Amino acid sequence: MLLSMHGICKSFNGIPALRSASLEVGEAEVMALVGQNGAGKSTLIKILTGAYRRDEGSIAFAGEDVSFNMPAESQARGIATIYQEINLAPQRSVAENIYLSREPRRFGLIDRRAMREGAVAVLRTFNLEIDVDQPVAHFSAATRQMVAIARAVTQKARLVIMDEPTSSLDEREVAILFETIRTLKRAGVSVVFIGHRLDELYRICDSVTIMRDGKTVATGAMAEMPKLALVRHMLGKELAAFEAIAKDADEGAQRPVRLSVENAGAGVRVRNVSLTVREGEISGLAGLLGSGRTETANLIFGADRLERGEIRYKGQARSYRRPAEAIADGIGLVSEDRKVDGIIPDMSIRENMTLALLPKLARSGIVDRARQDEIVARYIAALGIKCTSPDQPIKELSGGNQQKVLLGRWLCTDPKLLIVDEPTRGIDIGAKAEILRLLRRLADEGLGVLMISSELEELLAAADRVTVLSDGTSVAVLPRRELSEAALFAAMAHQVE
Amino acid sequence: MNAFRNTFALKSSGDMARLGVILALAGLILFGALRYENFLSQYNILSFLRYNSMFALIALGMAFVIMTGGIDLSVGGTAAMASVVAALLSPYHWAAGLFGGIAAGLAVGALNGFTVTVMRIQPFIATLATMLAAYGTALLLAGNQSVSVSYDSGFTAIGQDDFLGFPIPAWIALLVYFAGWLVLERLPVGRHVLAIGDGEATAALMGLKVRRTLAAVYTGSGALAGLAGVILASQFGAGQPTEGVGWELFAIASVVVGGTLLTGGSGSVGATLAGALLLAMVFNILNFENGLGWISLSAYWQSVIRGGFLLVVVVLQARLMSRGASEGRV
Repeated sequence: MLLSMHGICKSFNGIPALRSASLEVGEAEVMALVGQNGAGKSTLIKILTGAYRRDEGSIAFAGEDVSFNMPAESQARGIATIYQEINLAPQRSVAENIYLSREPRRFGLIDRRAMREGAVAVLRTFNLEIDVDQPVAHFSAATRQMVAIARAVTQKARLVIMDEPTSSLDEREVAILFETIRTLKRAGVSVVFIGHRLDELYRICDSVTIMRDGKTVATGAMAEMPKLALVRHMLGKELAAFEAIAKDADEGAQRPVRLSVENAGAGVRVRNVSLTVREGEISGLAGLLGSGRTETANLIFGADRLERGEIRYKGQARSYRRPAEAIADGIGLVSEDRKVDGIIPDMSIRENMTLALLPKLARSGIVDRARQDEIVARYIAALGIKCTSPDQPIKELSGGNQQKVLLGRWLCTDPKLLIVDEPTRGIDIGAKAEILRLLRRLADEGLGVLMISSELEELLAAADRVTVLSDGTSVAVLPRRELSEAALFAAMAHQVE
Repeated sequence: MNAFRNTFALKSSGDMARLGVILALAGLILFGALRYENFLSQYNILSFLRYNSMFALIALGMAFVIMTGGIDLSVGGTAAMASVVAALLSPYHWAAGLFGGIAAGLAVGALNGFTVTVMRIQPFIATLATMLAAYGTALLLAGNQSVSVSYDSGFTAIGQDDFLGFPIPAWIALLVYFAGWLVLERLPVGRHVLAIGDGEATAALMGLKVRRTLAAVYTGSGALAGLAGVILASQFGAGQPTEGVGWELFAIASVVVGGTLLTGGSGSVGATLAGALLLAMVFNILNFENGLGWISLSAYWQSVIRGGFLLVVVVLQARLMSRGASEGRV
């Protein structure tokens, strides 16, 4: 065993986060660490790396009892962590980021040539040829991740911890990452892979450790752990997550079309997109990263200008110049990146939810607090938002509940068309199902929903019809009855070859 | 534009801004040289360098602090206090005055570093407090008046004499700037300063010694303010407890004009020097303009003009940077 953690307990302000958790990783083993949000995965990792101190328990690494006081100490011993939000210094060059804190030196000064050559050499082992003098901010998420891994490799890491490494990668980039993991494994390095996407876990991991409520509830070889059992361990209950809640598009064929996009195009990212959203329908929009999904949403919403084709909303041709015009027309957009575009972390649930509504709530410039309270209370109840009070800062909520507040923000403006971009990103499985059910209920009440998603299970479960984009072009429209993983894959692979 | 960028090996948007300040400086010098007869006279150049060296020193310390994403408001007060300490110690030996003044500044800087890193107080607040305390200490030590330095110990040579035909303060500034460049560009700690400015939490996760580096940066800024105070006392023959007001703003302006982002994570030693010289040059040119006798600008008007000039430079830079950013993106 390279690493064995046993009986780890940790409380924050008297609230237990870990209750006798354990984790064992062998040499050159790729270990999946799974669990719902709040199961204690990241707390366990932070205790291992020395970012937190444990209350109880033992940690042995490479045959010795260890207790790290800060990340620098665990790094020095060969534990490297690649965090979800890829921790690199964005304005520093690739080479510097790989060598920060261990710069090669010559006569006491940084040996820039050795640094550059070393960086090029280590990146080449991962088949990556880039200008290592460029700031890392200039590169894509996948490349930044490779840089972070290269950093780990040059640190002579024996254990690399990856926290949701695929969350911002497209399929092709995931394949590159997995090849990198296999390279690490061949070099005798062990990997702890924290992830939500089951298919990926089965593709790359040797074993799995499942956590729930601060405890390790199951471990075993990945091949001997059926998907259903894994999910059951995670949720601690029968799988209710991905019950099919979609309806056959034919059922709604008589319903009026709320939005139709015909041969729309703008710039190079959106070439020729056609799609329809009917009243009371969840229309899915699928495609690999970079296929133009988000850009299409921005066109509809007026964040970008339409250059070619036509967008018809409620039967009338529309070309919004600003999102404000789309909003006034009853269109809402829940954007992909909650943390950047959506929530204002330090503000309360009340304020976050009524942000878009404030102009309407104000009477002669002063917010009508009574109406605000009433609306907020109604949506907290209707969406099942778990919180201590409407005054709780939104940053204290889980990802799923934050997403519900954002949904609430648009719902209280009474939209007729809601575009949701990756509505369940970074949310645990239980909350995902809840969000999907919520969207279905809203559709049943007459809302038209356009759901952009990279998660096939999600589209399969919830979408009444899926439009597939490839390279900025809509290449297929799959009605419910033709919808299957194979069909989606086939459509997405179109033109990618 | 791209060919131009390549010629000068301009990689980042920050480089564009740094280029801007150097062009602006060259433009001002050209303007002055063409317009005023004695602008490039040996006398003007030497006294310009002699007087402005202390501001350049303070700007360098400030540049490092700002690169970490912090700010040091205490440099003016620290310089005033150090000038008094240096004046009081100057009768014993010129070195006592020199190193005593530096030590006084270093102490204030170390206190700033301690409050910012260990006590986790916002740099703005922490250094505001030490600024007030430093002015108070200066006045207390000086007995509420300026303190004459000793003219016998050789202390005044530091600020007033030349070495190889070049003012000693300018030599000091030149050496310190070279050291600063070496630290920033060629020593790990300099790169760590920038990485910390890029994101403190990230830097800590990458295993950098964040607190130690930050403490060193504030201590260094204090020491440089102390050195500036020594030069002040030596040059004007007295410790000046009421001098230094607004020096921190001059230093911040120099750093910003030098293309260093106030948010940290980017910066250049050379461009900071150019920024400090640029702001000083505006002042120098205004003096010449008064000397021509066609118009007479009061000190107030000079301030307004300097402020306006600063605004123009910063706006130009913002435009250069956004253009650099959009072209540099791959």
